[in-house]
Amino acid sequence: MAAPMLRLCCPGRRWALACIDGCSRHRRGAPNGCTSSRRRGQSSVAQQPFITAQKPRKGEHEWAAVVGLEIHAQISSKSKLFSGSQVHFAAPPNSLVSFFDASLPGTLPVLNRRCVEAAVMTGLALNCRINKKSLFDRKHYFYADLPAGYQITQQRLPIAVNGSLVYSFCAGKNRSQVINKTARVKQIQLEQDSGKSLHDDLRSQTLIDLNRAEGQLRVDANISVHHPGEPLGVRTEVKNLNSARFLAKAIDYEIQRQINELENGGEILNETRSFDSKLGCTIPMRDKEGKQDYRFMPEPNLPPLLLYDTESLPAGADPQQVIDIDRIREQLPELPSVTREKLVQQYGMLPEHSFTLLNEVGLLEFFQNVMKETRAEPKKVTSWVLNTLLGFLKQQNLAVSESPVTPSALAELLNLLDRKAISSSAAKQVFEELWRNEGKTPAQIVSEKKLELMQDQEALEQLCHAVMEGHPQVVMDVKKGNPRAINKLIGLVRKATLSRADPTVIKEILEKKLAS
Amino acid sequence: MAGIEVSAALKQGHITPTELCQKCLSIIKKTKFLNAYITVSEEVALKQAEESEKRYKKGHSLGDLDGIPIAVKDNFSTSGIETTCASNMLRGYVPPYNATVVQKLLDQGALLMGKTNLDEFAMGSGSTDGVFGPVKNPWSYSKQYREKRKQKSHCENEDSNWLITGGSSGGSAAAVSAFTCFAALGSDTGGSTRNPAAHCGLVGLKPSYGLVSRHGLIPLVNSMDVPGILTRCVDDAAIVLGVLAGHDPKDSTTIQDPVKPFVLPSLTDVSKLCIGIPKEYLTPELSSEVRSLWSKAANLFESEGAKVIEVSLPHTSYSIVCYHVLCTSEVASNMARFDGLEYGHRCDIDVSTEAMYAATRREGFNDVVRGRILSGNFFLLKENYENYFVKAQKVRRLIANDFVTVFNSGVDVLLTPTTLSEAVPYTEFIKEDNRTRSAQDDIFTQAANMAGLPAVSVPMALSNQGLPIGLQFIGRAFCDQELLTIAKWFEKQVQFPVIQLQELMDDCSSVFENEKLASVSLKQ
Repeated sequence: MAAPMLRLCCPGRRWALACIDGCSRHRRGAPNGCTSSRRRGQSSVAQQPFITAQKPRKGEHEWAAVVGLEIHAQISSKSKLFSGSQVHFAAPPNSLVSFFDASLPGTLPVLNRRCVEAAVMTGLALNCRINKKSLFDRKHYFYADLPAGYQITQQRLPIAVNGSLVYSFCAGKNRSQVINKTARVKQIQLEQDSGKSLHDDLRSQTLIDLNRAEGQLRVDANISVHHPGEPLGVRTEVKNLNSARFLAKAIDYEIQRQINELENGGEILNETRSFDSKLGCTIPMRDKEGKQDYRFMPEPNLPPLLLYDTESLPAGADPQQVIDIDRIREQLPELPSVTREKLVQQYGMLPEHSFTLLNEVGLLEFFQNVMKETRAEPKKVTSWVLNTLLGFLKQQNLAVSESPVTPSALAELLNLLDRKAISSSAAKQVFEELWRNEGKTPAQIVSEKKLELMQDQEALEQLCHAVMEGHPQVVMDVKKGNPRAINKLIGLVRKATLSRADPTVIKEILEKKLAS
Repeated sequence: MAGIEVSAALKQGHITPTELCQKCLSIIKKTKFLNAYITVSEEVALKQAEESEKRYKKGHSLGDLDGIPIAVKDNFSTSGIETTCASNMLRGYVPPYNATVVQKLLDQGALLMGKTNLDEFAMGSGSTDGVFGPVKNPWSYSKQYREKRKQKSHCENEDSNWLITGGSSGGSAAAVSAFTCFAALGSDTGGSTRNPAAHCGLVGLKPSYGLVSRHGLIPLVNSMDVPGILTRCVDDAAIVLGVLAGHDPKDSTTIQDPVKPFVLPSLTDVSKLCIGIPKEYLTPELSSEVRSLWSKAANLFESEGAKVIEVSLPHTSYSIVCYHVLCTSEVASNMARFDGLEYGHRCDIDVSTEAMYAATRREGFNDVVRGRILSGNFFLLKENYENYFVKAQKVRRLIANDFVTVFNSGVDVLLTPTTLSEAVPYTEFIKEDNRTRSAQDDIFTQAANMAGLPAVSVPMALSNQGLPIGLQFIGRAFCDQELLTIAKWFEKQVQFPVIQLQELMDDCSSVFENEKLASVSLKQ
């Protein structure tokens, strides 16, 4: 049913799921029992799980926080995990519901091969051990948007376990210090998504949408704080966080709240909370059911999911019928850490720049396409892509794919700059013109706007001469030994050339003339 | 006339599909009081007959089943035809799709006469506990039974002493037995096809688990349910199995290997066979008549040169309690979807979603279903799961291993009784509650479901009372064809008599009067 889901979760928790945790200190078994975790029509996609790092708070009493994430990521697939229904964003309610999704009696789940492959690939990318045999379970609870009365998940034996993700972030002044961290992944499991409930309080009705593919990512964060060296604190679970930004805000808030609570002599309740994005705080969820017994049992309609590798692959097996882990490994794209390392090696790029390039969808490709067509220095290209282009994109809230400036146009522009046909400031002007997207090439813009650098040495010398004549006071200042005064002269000459002259050339001429 | 014979008649043009269909519809009307059908799909059947007739005229018949009337237990989804599971919960529910087995039969040109009666959600062994009332065994009205009764007693009211069919596929059994169709689909979770087959003098086949698709069968216990086949002879069962068997992409538990249609060979020599007689099946509750027929059957094989040996299935006695835990647990889970939201019954209470669920389920399910849901949820509770569910699963493995050991020792098939005795009168049957009855009646049949093995009940002889007694053959997993080959040989040896219902068919008016009487007596 449902949008296919990958669930990732944290070590130490009693949950199923794999986890990414970002604690800076030791962590062992979570102290608490289960909390209600009703699924509510979220689905999510996350090829790359999010990570948050917690630092022990500085102060008289040092605090350490432990964070475990349960990440619900919708798999990018054409159909749902257990039915042939399609998955579409923003489809009309209940328009993509198969008989199975509506839990019509007699219908059976059929596992979607693409979802299994995606789970294996995710597991490999996260350094997990792939279980060659995994099982499906039913998790029971009554809720209007769960039509079968149970959710099919992988509680006992999930598809992948014991992974890790090394991630880095930039810290310090100018964000120039790169810090590496390792988050452990407890497990990755395939899980059916539930439906979505829409509550109409006015008419006291609940409407159900069984399409269930409306979100791409949803995270539940388990958070506790303790003094280093002491047992872990009681945890709370902040549910249904649907963006990395809110996730980070919610965790920061919750850590601080728990610390304040404890420092004021209060106690932390093992409860589920929700994050109010407007107020920026977490609030307890009203949980009518209290603790639930999910009455897990094996899903009898799905045989154990068997995976193979090159060694265990049965002879003569139909490649359409079996999943070969080694083949998926071969298809694994280059992982971001490798790409970043290559950028640093190949282009001498700063590590923090390599992060920015990879964090923005499509930006790396854009960069590489510019590199293919330009003779400009990699550093120059990096600067233009990360500062100018990304700045313009951010300002107008556009994705890289929506950029009006193509990689070829930027490459051409940088070539003009590289052979000193235009000045840097003229280049900025050309870029702005390109951004307006009037179908002109950089060369056309340069010629129309007369932005070429003045290459005529004699004309430049005459201009310099004229400026010096017109500003004897400044010339005097220079001669008296004020070296900065020359900048004023350079500026005046540039102005006279309509910014078309290379300031270094102007400076050379002026210096020669002043010295004579 | 068996299905295989009428098929030949259709091919030779001795009878047309429409004539055959009308004949069966008229018998359905005459035998309405049996309560075999919940829904008679007369229009659908006649239309299908018309199509079939066209094909025969063009010489393009689809095969052995083209134009053959069949019936389907009312727990298989039928597109556009109400599917109730004999429960208030699904009264009025019309599925938008056909179960794979139904679709396969229709694709072969079979005529769907209707949906047959059962115990609510197939939970029972009498076909007495459905919301549409009990099914009556056609043998209650047979010449064979009536004559025996006349000899014995004179004063008893015959009509209040009708017999149960067994169950839960009693409607399907009655439908085939009373000649309203030539084959019927039942379902078999613990014996629900074989039990009524034995009581109604039919062949009842429970195929290997995974050989036939369950897609569209409204589940009782997913890990044990198998679509069953009820016919008047072994060859007919083989023909239907040939059509139904094979992988279904909609049921992940079906076998991947392709299954070829097969024709059963006529076995002439059984001297190479080894027949196992499980000693644990000789229970004190077994009626002496069944026991003596069982030994007679064993002797028959032996006298024809087969090797007949006593074997042991040591974990048999744990089967019933193990089945109870596994069955109720899955029932609790499977029944969770009936909440009144998407389909089926919904109560009028709308105070809260929870109150609506509770009232809907209380109104929708009978006591038997509710009782099993409660037990099952108890076994699945976190604190009980290890002690009940996991243990039961382990016992199930032991039971299945018993069979593996026996078959590995060279035994080809096991020969056992199907039921403890012949069919009992309804008044007798309801003295015990459903749970007790189900536990008793399934003892010879449910182990095959636990182990996923093919098993077939073949009628052997009439009891002293003139009622059918069947014996069961249990085969190796996925050796359904070999099992049926042996069953066919046995069938030929025993020459089980045809039910004689002439009186019933000839004198409709008295039948309808009887029906009124019977239904009045039922309500007491």
